[in-house]
Amino acid sequence: MKNRGVENSIADVEVTAGQDARVILSGRLDAASVAANWARVVEPLRQGRAAATDIDASGVEYCDGAGVGLLIELRRIAARNGGQATIHGLPAKLAPLVEMASLDDPTVCALDPPPPAPVLVRVGRSASELLRDALQMITFTGEVIAALCWAIRHPRQVRWRDVRMVAEKAGVNALPVASLLGALVGAIVAYQTAAPLRNFGADADVYVADIIAVAVLRELGPLITAILAAGRTGSAFAAEVGTMKVTEELDALSTMGLSPVRFLIVPRVLATVLVLPFLCVFVNLISIAGGYAVFASLGYPWATFWRRTLEVVNYVDLLGGLFKMLVFALLVAAIGCQRGLVTKQGPGAVGDSTTRAVVTGIVLIIAADWLLGAAYFRLGI
Amino acid sequence: MNERAANPAGEPLIRVDDFVAEYDGRLVLDHVSLEIKRGEVFVIAGGSGCGKTTLLKHMIGLCKPAGGRILIDGCDIGQAAGAELACLLRRIGVAYQGGALFGSLTVLENVRLPLEEHTDLPPDAIDMIAVSKLKLVGLEDALHKLPAELSGGMTKRAALARAIALDPQIVFLDEPSAGLDPITSAELDALILRLAGLLHTTFVIVSHELPSIFAIADRVVILDAATKTVVALGPPAELRDHCPNESVRAFLTRRPPTTTHLAPPRNECRGLQATGDYP
Repeated sequence: MKNRGVENSIADVEVTAGQDARVILSGRLDAASVAANWARVVEPLRQGRAAATDIDASGVEYCDGAGVGLLIELRRIAARNGGQATIHGLPAKLAPLVEMASLDDPTVCALDPPPPAPVLVRVGRSASELLRDALQMITFTGEVIAALCWAIRHPRQVRWRDVRMVAEKAGVNALPVASLLGALVGAIVAYQTAAPLRNFGADADVYVADIIAVAVLRELGPLITAILAAGRTGSAFAAEVGTMKVTEELDALSTMGLSPVRFLIVPRVLATVLVLPFLCVFVNLISIAGGYAVFASLGYPWATFWRRTLEVVNYVDLLGGLFKMLVFALLVAAIGCQRGLVTKQGPGAVGDSTTRAVVTGIVLIIAADWLLGAAYFRLGI
Repeated sequence: MNERAANPAGEPLIRVDDFVAEYDGRLVLDHVSLEIKRGEVFVIAGGSGCGKTTLLKHMIGLCKPAGGRILIDGCDIGQAAGAELACLLRRIGVAYQGGALFGSLTVLENVRLPLEEHTDLPPDAIDMIAVSKLKLVGLEDALHKLPAELSGGMTKRAALARAIALDPQIVFLDEPSAGLDPITSAELDALILRLAGLLHTTFVIVSHELPSIFAIADRVVILDAATKTVVALGPPAELRDHCPNESVRAFLTRRPPTTTHLAPPRNECRGLQATGDYP
């Protein structure tokens, strides 16, 4: 089998019946010529299962990395077929490069990545990681509680400047987006409840005011605020603390004898817990206003809306909602910081921590909401 | 001084011509002129904040000069755009101080990347070329490792393998020895010299590691933070022994200078270097 004669040819390849092959290389072995001739040179040798390959490189004028790659592949094919490739005639100035770049044993080069671990091993690793994660969370919870107790005992030592800064970012800066979400959710609830209520009578849609007040104060206000905070504040905490971990700032704190939890986490948790209930009250008011806009469009006056609202809700609803908000705020801040603290190395690590902070935060918020909802129901609140 | 055959009489491959660099209106380098010859190992040195990396960034086209020009093989990299710039960038390789390896890709994939993007080679050919480059830098056993799993020296070598993947005419290295222990640093110096000899590539290296400078540099340019320009240019051993500027000699002998900067006599050493007439 003989293969030759294409444009820009750098090689003649001949595979004889006796499982020997001869390759004559010539001209410039660069990226362009090797790309154009690769299959023509390599495929006959692979298919012919040639073992002993004689490579005549006396006509080679230039050889760069692509040419070296071709020579390595020819050696690999021969080695795979149980023989070896012999290069001769290579110009003296090119020989050292080929020698340096060639593999001592071409068959050793494992180009395929290592096979994945067996399923059982992977399941075990995942379970172990989950367990480790849970243990870290428990340890961190203990550390945060201890640090908060310390902060209560030593209020002067808390970094209040950091608390103010975080509170501004988590609370004041969130007002525009919180207003938008609150107003839209209030209006959506009003629209979604008005139509079904009309099935109970022409004036039954007046109960929209009741539903909005109860739903917003007891549930939607805290929940919207918490989910917004998980997306804004929790992710920011994870990214900030994670970046500090990657850049060894946390190690620097530790070696200076400063506790990262007291120095970084306490201000963030305190700021979040202090500011989010206020943000929640704001969201409650805006949501009710959004609901009222729809209620008014149904033809009811403000007085009716106000009267029904005051009739159906009391301070217990408001305080119950705010207690939920406190719990959610604690979760958002703690999860964000904890995910930041356990950030691994590498460029994707901070992104992973941020994602995990948001996802874990939202899942735990919903779980806590369910628990508190059930508790309120049992307590008759 | 390295024993590799340099080509001091060769034609200039890079010409920095009356170059001025600014960041946000703040002057960093002022009227810098120098030439780098084909095939030489050229080191840019100087104290911290003297503009070494700034000069490198302009040479590789990451920043536009505020004045003057930088010619790579006759092409002004500051003015090049589109296909001309792409062609120019295809001829240079850069290894950054921290490696700048893509963290989500293995070492092999990092070296494969420029070959995949810039050539028409089939995948198995790209594999072979990437493996040969990694063999050249001694990383053939770390093909499937992620950058996070590499030591500092391995990261630098992997970055070097990626920089030479496309057989560039010029390889720029930013602080290749920074953060390495002396033995690893010496190994990296030896590798650079070996590659320069094997590939006939021009190396432009930013460094202030004196042992490395003396081990690998054919010529070194010393920049000065105070005057923001070149204060000495020439073979490092000659500058150390004969440069009339005391601060330059102090820098190259690691002695505290008697003056606070590598100050004038301005261009004193350059003038001497240009004539090769060291006292």
